[in-house]
Amino acid sequence: MLKNNRSKILFILTLFIAACISMIVSSTIGSETIPVSHAGRILLSKLPGMRNLVDLSAVAQSHIRILEIVRIPRILAAALVGMALTGSGVVFQGVLRNPLAEPYILGVSSGAAFGATLTIVFGFQWVFLGMPAISIGAFLGAIITIFFVYNIANVGMKASMNTLLLSGIAVSFLLSSLVSMAIALNRDQVERIVFWTMGSLSSVRISQVQVVYIPIVLSILVFVYFTRDLNALLLGEDDAVSMGIDVNRVRTILLAVASIATAFSVSISGIIGFVGLIIPHAMRLIVGPNHKYLLPSSILSGAIFLILSDTIARTVIAPGQMPLGVVTAVIGAPYFVFLLYRNNRKSYRGA
Amino acid sequence: MKPIQINDLNWAYQENEILKSIQLEIQAGQFTGIVGPNGSGKTTLVKLLTKLLSVEHKTVFINGADLAQTSISALAKKVALVPQSSQIEFDLSVHEVVEMGRTPHLKRFQRESEHDRNSVKNAMLETDTWQYRNRSVQHLSGGERQRVIIAKALAQEPEILVLDEPVTYLDMQHQLNIMQLVRELATKKNITVLMIMHDLNFALKYCDQLIMLKEGQVYRSGKPDHVMTVDNIKSVYEIDVSMIEHPKTKKTHILF
Repeated sequence: MLKNNRSKILFILTLFIAACISMIVSSTIGSETIPVSHAGRILLSKLPGMRNLVDLSAVAQSHIRILEIVRIPRILAAALVGMALTGSGVVFQGVLRNPLAEPYILGVSSGAAFGATLTIVFGFQWVFLGMPAISIGAFLGAIITIFFVYNIANVGMKASMNTLLLSGIAVSFLLSSLVSMAIALNRDQVERIVFWTMGSLSSVRISQVQVVYIPIVLSILVFVYFTRDLNALLLGEDDAVSMGIDVNRVRTILLAVASIATAFSVSISGIIGFVGLIIPHAMRLIVGPNHKYLLPSSILSGAIFLILSDTIARTVIAPGQMPLGVVTAVIGAPYFVFLLYRNNRKSYRGA
Repeated sequence: MKPIQINDLNWAYQENEILKSIQLEIQAGQFTGIVGPNGSGKTTLVKLLTKLLSVEHKTVFINGADLAQTSISALAKKVALVPQSSQIEFDLSVHEVVEMGRTPHLKRFQRESEHDRNSVKNAMLETDTWQYRNRSVQHLSGGERQRVIIAKALAQEPEILVLDEPVTYLDMQHQLNIMQLVRELATKKNITVLMIMHDLNFALKYCDQLIMLKEGQVYRSGKPDHVMTVDNIKSVYEIDVSMIEHPKTKKTHILF
C-alpha cells in the first residue's frame, strides 16, 4: 500500500494519463492498424472546440470513418461502463460494509438480463432516443428489479442491510431461472441471449453513449460528493451517526444512485462481472480504504481496464468477438490473485 | 442551562417497555456514570441521547435545544460517542481515524484548516496516541484502539462525551488507564462525561454523579456514596455485597 498522500495523488495522476494513453492505443489497434499520430489527431479533433485547430489533411478518410463509427463509440462506452461499475462497486462495498458486495448484488444484472431476454424473445426491433429495444428492455428490467428489491427490504429501516442483500439474491435467482425458462422455450434465440449475458460492446453506437454518459458522470459526481460520508461509514454505523452522518439518508441516496448508474451501464454493455467487485479491492490494496483516493483511482482503473479488455475482446479472435465479460475475468482474476498473494506475503514479513 | 435534560422519556421496542418515564438532569463538566444490570435500559438511553434511536418531541434537551428537532450533524458538533467496541475492518491509519472526528465541523470539499489539524493533533497528544499516528488501526491492541476512538471523539471537540462501557474488553492496566484519561477530560477540559459502567468500584471511584437504572426506571441518582449502597445494590442487582475501606486510599470499596 502506498503510504503517503502525495504518492497516492501521483498514482491517481498516473492512472489518468494511462487512461488517455489507453484510449489512443486502443483506437490504433484493430482490423485496420492506424498510426498513433493519426489516431491521436482524430481523437483530439473530437474534443469540444478542437475541430478546426487540428490538421486532419494527412489522415485517410477511411481511418476517420473507422474511428468515428466503430472504435470511438466502443472506447467511450468501455470507459463509461468501467467507471460506472467500479464507482458503484466502491459505493456498494462501503455502504453495505460487505467486501463481497458488487454492483450486481441487488439483482440489477438478472433484472437487466430478464428485460433483455424478453425483448429478444418478442423480437422487438424499435429504437427509442438512439437506444435499441434490447438496451431499453435491459434498463427497465434493471430499474424495476431494484425497485422491487428495495421495497421488499424497506430500506430506510435500520439493520435491514442483510435483508436487502438477501432479497436481492432471492430476486436474482427468480429472474435468472425465468431467463433460463425463456431460453428453454425459445431455443432459436439461445445464442443471442447467452451472448448478451456475457457482456459485449460490439454493437454499441455513439447514440447510446450519448444517452448514458450524462447519468453515469452525474452518478460519479454524487459518489465523490459523499466521500466523507463513505469514510465515516468505514468505522461502522453508530460511529458514523455520532460523527453527524445521517446514515439512513446517505445509504438510501447512494444505493439508489449506484443502482441507477449500474442499470445504465448494463443497458449498453450487457453483464460484465468481476470489474465492480475486484477493481475496488485491488485499489484498496494499493491506495488504502480512504475514499478520497479510493474512488478516483478505482474509477480510472475501471475505465482503463475495460478499454484494454474490450480491445482484446474485439481483436483476439478477429473477425469474431470474444465476450467482454470473459476477457475481464480471464485477465483480471489472475492479476487479483497475484495482488492478494503479494499482499499476504508482505503482511507476514511484518512490513 | 443543563447540558442534558430529560423529561418524562419513555421508549418501547415493539411491546416491550424499555424506558419508563425517565426524569434526569446531567450536570455540566461532571463525570456521570450510568449503572444498572443488563436489560435495565442503559444502552437504549445512550442510543436515544446520540440519536441512534429517534426520540420523541420535547423529551430530551441538549443545552436547552429539543433533541428531536436537532439534526444529526448539528448534534455531532456537541456530542461525541465512544461505542463499546469499534470494529474497523479496514486498513486505516490512526491519524486518518482521528481526523474523521472533524467530519461534523467540515463542509463538503472543505479542506482541513490549521485549527482542524491542531485539534486532531491535540486529541492525539491528550490520549497518548500521537506516537503511533502512522500505524494501521488494525495492528493496535484493544486498549490502544480504544484510545484512538476516544481521540477521534475529542477531535470532534464535543461539549458532551458519551461512552458505552469503553473498558469492557480491556485488561486491568488499560481499564485503569482509560478511566484515568476520561476522569482528566472531565476535570481539566470541563467536558461533560456520561459513561455506562459495569464495574461498580470504578463507578464509585471515578464518578461525580451516578444514575442507577432498574427495569427501565431511574432507581437512584446523585453522589456515588449515596447511590452505591449495600441496600441499593441488593435491590437493583439482587446480590449481597459488603463495603470496606481501601487500606491505602481510604476510599469505600465494594466486595462481592
